[in-house]
Amino acid sequence: MEHAVEFKNITKRFGSVTANNAVNLYLDRGVIMSLLGENGSGKTTLMNMLAGIYFPDEGQIFVDGQPVTIASPKDAFDHGIGMIHQHFMLVDVFTAAENVALGLEDGKYDLKAVAEKVKEISDKYGFGIDPNKKVYDMSVSEKQTVEIIKVLYRGADILILDEPTAVLTPQETDNLFKIMRNMKADGKAIIIITHKLNEVMDVSDVVAVLRKGEHIATVRTNETTADALTEMMVGRAVKLNIDRLDPVNPQPRLTIAGLTCRDSEGVKKLDDVGFIAFGGEILGIAGIAGSGQKELLEAIAGLRHIDEGSIIYSPEGKNPEELVGKTPMEIKDAGVSLAFVPEDRLGMGLVGGMGMTENMMLRSWNKGKGIFVDRKEPEALAEEVYKFLEVVTPSIDYPVRKLSGGNVQKVLVGREIASSPSVLMSAYAVRGLDINTSYIIYNLMAGQKAKGVAVIFVGEDLDVLLQLCDKILVLCDGKVSGLVDARTTTKEEIGLLMTSVGGKE
Amino acid sequence: MGFNLIGLIKAAVLNGAPLLFGTSGEILTEKSGNMNLGVEGMMYMGGAFGLAGAFLYGNAMGDAANGFVAVIIALVCSFLAGAFGALIFSFLTISLRANQNVTGLALTIFGTGVGQFVGELMRIKVGGNVTVSNALKDAFANSIFPQAMQDIPIIGQLLFSYNPFVYLGLIMAVVMAWFLNKTRKGLYLRAVGENPATADSAGINIEKYKYIATIVGGGISAIGGMVYTMTIAGSVWNHSALSGEGWVAVALVIFCLWKPLNSLWGSVLFGGLLILYLRLPIAFIPTQIYKVVPYIATVVVLILVSLRQRKEDQPPAALGLAYFREER
Repeated sequence: MEHAVEFKNITKRFGSVTANNAVNLYLDRGVIMSLLGENGSGKTTLMNMLAGIYFPDEGQIFVDGQPVTIASPKDAFDHGIGMIHQHFMLVDVFTAAENVALGLEDGKYDLKAVAEKVKEISDKYGFGIDPNKKVYDMSVSEKQTVEIIKVLYRGADILILDEPTAVLTPQETDNLFKIMRNMKADGKAIIIITHKLNEVMDVSDVVAVLRKGEHIATVRTNETTADALTEMMVGRAVKLNIDRLDPVNPQPRLTIAGLTCRDSEGVKKLDDVGFIAFGGEILGIAGIAGSGQKELLEAIAGLRHIDEGSIIYSPEGKNPEELVGKTPMEIKDAGVSLAFVPEDRLGMGLVGGMGMTENMMLRSWNKGKGIFVDRKEPEALAEEVYKFLEVVTPSIDYPVRKLSGGNVQKVLVGREIASSPSVLMSAYAVRGLDINTSYIIYNLMAGQKAKGVAVIFVGEDLDVLLQLCDKILVLCDGKVSGLVDARTTTKEEIGLLMTSVGGKE
Repeated sequence: MGFNLIGLIKAAVLNGAPLLFGTSGEILTEKSGNMNLGVEGMMYMGGAFGLAGAFLYGNAMGDAANGFVAVIIALVCSFLAGAFGALIFSFLTISLRANQNVTGLALTIFGTGVGQFVGELMRIKVGGNVTVSNALKDAFANSIFPQAMQDIPIIGQLLFSYNPFVYLGLIMAVVMAWFLNKTRKGLYLRAVGENPATADSAGINIEKYKYIATIVGGGISAIGGMVYTMTIAGSVWNHSALSGEGWVAVALVIFCLWKPLNSLWGSVLFGGLLILYLRLPIAFIPTQIYKVVPYIATVVVLILVSLRQRKEDQPPAALGLAYFREER
């Protein structure tokens, strides 16, 4: 049988950067393949060439044994290739059916017929999608389902999923995997890009590993291990565990009670939230995206108006003080530090057009003498972050916007840690980072904990929260849904707490 | 004497017609995600070239000039003038990805200049007022309906007394609404303005849609300038007559929430507000206060819309942003 897809000597360059170098890779029907690699290893670039977003500089793609030219997404559809992008390609103000109708060129324009067929596909695979629902009213997993319907509607039998689980709860992920297995049984060829090794082991039949744009190997999943895959990916043996020491003499550092915040429309974003963060402990915060994680951290950092509640800060060897009503500057000076990595990575905390040194200065701009800023100290700090975290940049004055996502995050987290806070809050610190860099950051957090810092860690990957944290606070719809011991709880328990307060159905 | 409601409504409709074209054209443009702030310039060009077309035709044909042909010539000339301006804008912003605000303002300055140049050139050549014969003027300004229909009490004046452009504008806005909401191409165009990356990945030719929508939109906007010059300004070139009309049209786009059907009543309302100082003067209120009323109305609408937060009332999500597929 011919391979469903085959890449032969595919090379793609962006300016002087080679994203893919002579990649040879194939995939058969009825197989789920994981594409694994660190950030910048060229996974997404390679798949984008299959989907017609990019065009290869050299090499040839074969579909069903025939050489093909895929110059646009439309060409990709014509060859039965459909890509579900990491960032959803949906128009918010359109209904599911209207989104599916985009780009269809078959006969008469009839939205009703499209809606009916969407319903049909939805019923066949058990998606449960209302074709006339507007996308802005949908949950993240519903949007993803619409994406999948879009490609199925076009009769795609080669599906590419780019980090599909990054935004899903464990239950939603299980459901997605069930759908993927259904599609596999249907004879479709499926490629999934993911960073999460446990998912790779769980769902895929074969694993292809890329490193620095080159194809390292393709192995059968049941003949390999997570450690072996990591070694292929990084190029050397990497220790993939986090040293979780028992907390030493934990003292209450932040005592939060009855915290309630409303947004500008009067909707409660935080509802009577209370917990204690201890020094020398890592408190994980879990929850579906938008359950109040961001608001909680902003409230503590003084960036958000607090309607009710108190935040008592008890620094070591000093008297406890109330943080509510203080300015962000006062809170920061007291030693409460926030490293927030938003979806676009640059939105909060770093200025894209400035270099590392100048971004370090954003923390110390008011320290200089007279009207001049002090450049020496931030420069030294930038050097330190550069060396210690192995930031890949031509120079510390190179605009951070032009660095890859992982390096931007290293700069951000490194700067916050360098201010030696006594409370360190970080949100999505490893968002989109590859496994190696992620573990550097996890171990930085663990190192801060060992120094007696109270670490509050908002994360998306439950496996990591379970390994890294001492306690996990689960938020659901702005309320505290539960506080569990990370050493004894399970992913399923947290998943239930994420979807309903107290974990009750 | 005092206040004449029917007269006010009639005047509002007449003054709304140029705005209806200006606004509808810009709505089409903005639906593609292009914010062309050059409406003022394109309307100026439309006014000058539309008048020039009818003027040259009238001069060439003398008494044999046909009113209907003159109207068509003015329409085509003004449309092409605006489309040309929009083509420059499209090339700079779509192909070269220049900043849309800056380019739009430049087009306003350029278009105003070109319009003034053409108008003044004609004025100097003629050595007096640039205008067309009375017969042609009538073709532009008089109703297309028979006198009997206009004589029906109240309804005749309210519905049948207008120049051809009022009815043309009505048809144009309805067709545009139908196109945007009921056709495949309309769906694609809206997708391009909302989320070009999505449209692109769906295999839609973004550049083509943007170019066509912007150029046709610019042409329609420019017709508004011609309508103003040929009807309200009495088919006479006046270098300042059109001043500000394009900006009111831009404000009206926001007021109408990017919906062509809203522009039907929105343009009548704004047309009325623009001439309220003539029709309903109140002694102690200076005319300048009257003239800011349309803008105040726009601000009020913006406030109300942002309070309601309906997604359908928001501008196209990618409005004003250049799209580059391989951007990383």
